[in-house]
Amino acid sequence: MTDSLGVSALDIDPLLDDEQTRIVVCCGSGGVGKTTTAAALGVRAAERGRKVVVLTIDPARRLAQSMGLSELDNTPRRVDGIGDEAGGELHAMMLDMKRTFDEIVLTHADRDRARMILENPFYQSLSAGFAGTQEYMAMEKLGQLRARGEWDLIVVDTPPSRSALDFLDAPQRMSSFLDGRFIKVLMAPAKVGGRGAMKFLNVGMSMMTGALNKVLGAHVLQDVQTFVAAMDTMFGGFRERADKTYRLLQAPGTAFLVVAAPEKDALREAAYFVERLADERMPLAGLVLNRVHGSGAPQLTAERALAAAEALEEAAGVAVDTSTIAPSRAVDPDPENQETGGIKDRPRGKAGGRAHGAARSASSPEASAPLTAPEISPESLRDEQSPESNSSPNGSQNTPHRNSSSAHNPGAHGPESPDLIAAGLLRLHAERMQVVARERRTRDRFFSVHPEVPVVEVAALPGDVHDLDGLRAIGEKLAAG
Amino acid sequence: MSRIEEDRNGHAPDWEGVRLHVVSGKGGTGKTTAAAALALGLAAEGRRTLLIEVEGRQGIAQLFEQEALPYEERRIAAAPGGGEVFALAIDPELALLDYLEMFYKLGRAGKALKKLGAIDFATTIAPGLRDVLLTGKACEAVRRKDKSGRRIYDAVVMDAPPTGRITRFLNVNTEVAGLARFGPIHNQAQAVMRVLRSPETAVHLVTLLEEMPVQETVDGFTELRAAGLPVGGVVVNMVRPGILDDSAVRAVENGSRQAVAKALSGAGLGGASRGAAAERLVTPLLEQAREHAERLVLERQERAELAELGLPTYELELLGEGVDLGGLYRLAGALRDQGMA
Repeated sequence: MTDSLGVSALDIDPLLDDEQTRIVVCCGSGGVGKTTTAAALGVRAAERGRKVVVLTIDPARRLAQSMGLSELDNTPRRVDGIGDEAGGELHAMMLDMKRTFDEIVLTHADRDRARMILENPFYQSLSAGFAGTQEYMAMEKLGQLRARGEWDLIVVDTPPSRSALDFLDAPQRMSSFLDGRFIKVLMAPAKVGGRGAMKFLNVGMSMMTGALNKVLGAHVLQDVQTFVAAMDTMFGGFRERADKTYRLLQAPGTAFLVVAAPEKDALREAAYFVERLADERMPLAGLVLNRVHGSGAPQLTAERALAAAEALEEAAGVAVDTSTIAPSRAVDPDPENQETGGIKDRPRGKAGGRAHGAARSASSPEASAPLTAPEISPESLRDEQSPESNSSPNGSQNTPHRNSSSAHNPGAHGPESPDLIAAGLLRLHAERMQVVARERRTRDRFFSVHPEVPVVEVAALPGDVHDLDGLRAIGEKLAAG
Repeated sequence: MSRIEEDRNGHAPDWEGVRLHVVSGKGGTGKTTAAAALALGLAAEGRRTLLIEVEGRQGIAQLFEQEALPYEERRIAAAPGGGEVFALAIDPELALLDYLEMFYKLGRAGKALKKLGAIDFATTIAPGLRDVLLTGKACEAVRRKDKSGRRIYDAVVMDAPPTGRITRFLNVNTEVAGLARFGPIHNQAQAVMRVLRSPETAVHLVTLLEEMPVQETVDGFTELRAAGLPVGGVVVNMVRPGILDDSAVRAVENGSRQAVAKALSGAGLGGASRGAAAERLVTPLLEQAREHAERLVLERQERAELAELGLPTYELELLGEGVDLGGLYRLAGALRDQGMA
């Protein structure tokens, strides 16, 4: 599949099936469905015969539950309910960064020293909150999982950093801190006795530590020095492992998937990431573009749909009927015009308002409720008892339609109903076509700069994923492109 | 008295007396947009606000279609009715140097410290210290007065870290306590904490009507409350209007399909007979309506969950064409209309 920009399709299945693929890293900015993508890839790869472990960083509760992860215990657990016809298995784990850090200390220091480190306030702060600790520990864990050799594919989700790049930088940053110049100088008096140059540096140093002591309080540097002294023997190890993980990420068995949504910010981050991976000679497999909207009726433009909707509403006399003002007002781009119909336009959910809450909640939810048969109450819409009677043609079976039991009321709108329904359908379509156009522009901007990046687009789902079936459905969308 | 309280148009905002608005939210919910709209809204009618960015992303500059912001307060927008919005992107390293300079007159020693990596060390490695500098700067702006004793800014709005990190970020006292048990940084943390815990501060949470952001909002609310930090309002962002629901979809499925095809045809979209242009639209349009109706049901559940928090809630519409400068002013107007600003 190619399009006008010459963009090629990303084939997920060959990537997952290839025995040479040992690590898949899902990266991208926050809120684009990274974790869900990682989980869906894990499920799909396992059901296609790979022995997979998925390392998630901070999964939403229900996504974690969908893989049977109820506790954050830092060890991979086998996921039940995965089809094993092809001989594969799925394991999953959530990262506990503090625990991972503690484990490193416990593995690499003798007991007394380990205790000293673990009790040091500086270590506690560093292990729980350093801006790069999570990223560093994710990489550390990846190295550990790889070293165990129990899985032939590791799928890694990356931390929700403020910037997608943190995840590549953090290990370097942390290791360069831990055996960096400043720490060396801090430790110098203890290590290098009285050689000339060092002695000179130490004079300046004592002046500076004096300044820092003044600001931080003297014990802070002492704590750091104690911590650094205790960690001293582990430094080499830190840098060595960070370098090793870094090389692992450059190796041919690793595939980076940049995950994004068709939005400006997410794609800007994705572009940075693509460029950065190239700089670091890390292998990019392609872009997963989540939450893409499409339409089954692309031939009908937004403009024509809106004009037709307006014509239908006018014919039905909507303008004089306040009970049906909502649809025409709803897509009015100018909030100033929303006073038509005499409905004070306070958005819903204002009931908790403090000083003026009472007055402002006077407008009931119904005031801006969607066009609906009047006798259908919100309660009946929430009814989840009723059997589902329609299946969604585009594969969103994981979120069943909740049909209310009041389906026997279809004609409640009287004779004008089909016109108004048609108008509503057209307004929805116009809205959809605007979204489609915007997404296309954003996407094209990315691909005009990076036409070499293969892409797979995953259609937007109305709801979140809660179970393995949902993950399977996403896996299929990923594979089908 | 403050200019906020003597508003001439009888406009009475919900957050009278709040001078520091901290805006957080899950990644991807548009907290920078909400923060900017709030700063604009609060600046209306001749007031002055400061919009602060702490994560070095230059999101504010992009939103206001400007060059990257330096580490200095500069005017970035005029608000309706003659007000003005200033913006500041805080760089923690420079903030520490500032701080050292202000209190210790370090001069060259400060530069040497920076060269040696000590400043980088101090700001990136000791996370509590970094946060104290960022929040400290915001608190300083809140309290700053001109010669006549009048506050320089009527309100300060901070585009803060995401909900998952916000409590830790604001709870500097606890974070720093382990590191600096006494001394100037410790005192600074105490002072910052007093402002953050006071009624002058409100922490607003931005969310979408989707499960994960709502869940994170609920969790963030609980954590903030537990830490004794003042939770403000909930901003529901990117709200799409409800147009058609379940019952309309079912009406078409259960018989009025042909009538809808005729209506479409009547509006000039082609023939209504089987296979003609208007008739062929019914299935795809109905499918879109079905997704829409399904989303409305999910949104209703999320709204109910948010309502349980009992917080003032504000809604910002989804801007179909993305947020540009014009859109930002519209969102600011919406926040004013709803009483948030």
